[in-house]
Amino acid sequence: MKALLTLLVLFLSGCAQTPAIRGTGDLGIVIERASGRVAIVDTTARSVLARVDGLGDLSHASAVFSRDGRYAYVFGRDGGLTKIDLLLGRIAKRVIQAGNSIGGAISQDGRLVVAQNYTPGGIKVFDAATLELLSEVPTGSKVVGLADLPGQRFAYALFDAGEIWLTDLSNPREPRTQKFPAGRQPYDGLVTPDGRHYMAGLFGEDGIALLDAWRPEAGARKILENYGRGEEKLPVFKMPHLRGWAVAGGRAYLPAIGRHEVLVVDTATWREVGRIAVKGQPVFVMARPDSRQIWVNFAFPNNGWVQVIDTPSNQIVQTLQPGKAILHMEFTPRGEEVWLSARDDNMVGIYDTATFTRKATLAADSPSGIFFTSRAHRTGF
Amino acid sequence: MKLALPALTFLAVPLAAAAVEAGEPAPARQRELIHLVRQDCGSCHGMKLTGGLGSPLTAEALRDKPLEGLEATIHGGRPGTAMPPWKTILSESEIQWIVHKLMTGFPTE
Repeated sequence: MKALLTLLVLFLSGCAQTPAIRGTGDLGIVIERASGRVAIVDTTARSVLARVDGLGDLSHASAVFSRDGRYAYVFGRDGGLTKIDLLLGRIAKRVIQAGNSIGGAISQDGRLVVAQNYTPGGIKVFDAATLELLSEVPTGSKVVGLADLPGQRFAYALFDAGEIWLTDLSNPREPRTQKFPAGRQPYDGLVTPDGRHYMAGLFGEDGIALLDAWRPEAGARKILENYGRGEEKLPVFKMPHLRGWAVAGGRAYLPAIGRHEVLVVDTATWREVGRIAVKGQPVFVMARPDSRQIWVNFAFPNNGWVQVIDTPSNQIVQTLQPGKAILHMEFTPRGEEVWLSARDDNMVGIYDTATFTRKATLAADSPSGIFFTSRAHRTGF
Repeated sequence: MKLALPALTFLAVPLAAAAVEAGEPAPARQRELIHLVRQDCGSCHGMKLTGGLGSPLTAEALRDKPLEGLEATIHGGRPGTAMPPWKTILSESEIQWIVHKLMTGFPTE
C-alpha cells in the first residue's frame, strides 16, 4: 500500500483514479530475491518507483514483458507466475502453475506466455491477458533455455533427456512438437537476434548444440566440440546463463564450462575463432546493445568481479569490482549505462559504459535479476 | 594490556580446540556458511533448499540419506552431475557441520 501510494504521488496529477499519462519504455524491474519482492525502476531517473510484494520464492526468477511494455511476467522458483502492472505498481494477476520453475518466454505476438518447469518437467502455455492455462507439453525432464522464435514457436532443451524440442503454438491449445537429440545435459539456451538459430549450451560434454530453426528438419548439430581439449574441468559453482544474447560483429561470445574462458564463435561458419581468458567461470556474457563491448560476470567465488571485453580487439579493457556477489547485469535500452546487482551489498550499481564510472547506487534487498521493458521487443528475451 | 595478552592466548587455545572437536565453526563463520548454503548452494538447490537443477536439501528429503555420502558429495562433488567439489572452499569440519544442519533443518539467515 505504501508502495502504491508512493507511485500514485509520483504519477498522479490531481486525479486519484487514473495514473498520469506516461510511457513505460524506460521502466523495468529488479528482483529482490530474499524477500519475494520486485522493485519497479525508472532508468531515466535512475530511481525506484515502487515495490511490489507477495511474489513467493524468487531464489531463481526471470521476467518477460508484454509488448505494450506495461506488464512484467515474473517466473519464480516456486512455480509462481505473476503479472505485474508497472504503471499501477501492483500485481495484476498471479497463479501457481508448477511446483518448481525456472523461467519463461512470451510469444512473437505477445498473446502467449509460456513457463518452463523443472517439476513437473515441461512447458505450460498461458493466455497473456488472463493467465488462463491453454495447454501444456510434458517432457519428463527438467526444461531449460526456453526461447521464443518467430512463427509462434518456442525452442527449449531437456537437461536430463539431452534433447532440443521445438513447439509450434500457432494453435495454442494444440501444440505441435518436434524433438532433436542435442547432447549431454543442456543447461541453458538462447536464440540469435534474428530468431533463426537456437543454441543449447552443454554441461555434460564440451560443445554447444545448434539448431537452425529455418531448417529444423536438418536437426541439431554440435559446434565448439572438445573446446576443453580433454583437460580436467575446473569446478563450476554456478551454472552459466545464456539468456542474455551475446552476439557482436558476426561473433557469438559464450561461456566455457569448467574453464575460465569466454569462447568466441564466428556466426557465419559456427567455428571457434578465439577464446579470452577471464577472472573466473563466466555466468552471463552479455553484449552491450551496440555490440562494441561484452560484459562478463562470474560464478562463486569470483562473483565480485566484472570484466569488459572490447569486441574489435577481443581484449579485456576493464576489470571492475562493483560489489559483493554480482548476480546480473542489464543494459539501458541503447546501452549507455549498465545496471549491476550486488546481492551481498544489497544494492544495484549503475555504471556509465563509456567511462566505467558509477553514476548512481540504489538500495535493494538481496537483488538478483534486472529486467528492462526494452526486452519486450527483442526476440529471445 | 601487554600482560593480558598471554593470558588471553592461553584461554583461546583450549576454546578453539574444543570447537574443532565438536565440529562447530566459530559463530561468525557459521553465519558465513549459512549465507553460502542459502545463497550459493541455493542457486541450484533453491534458497529454501526445495530443489531446482539440484536435488532438494530439506531435512525431509535427506532423511534416509547416509551422512557419509552427503559429506562425500559436498567434498568431492558428484561426477556426471552439475554438483561441483567444494573441498577448496570448505573444510571437513565445516562440511560435517553443514550436513548436520541440513539434516536437522537448516537455519535461516
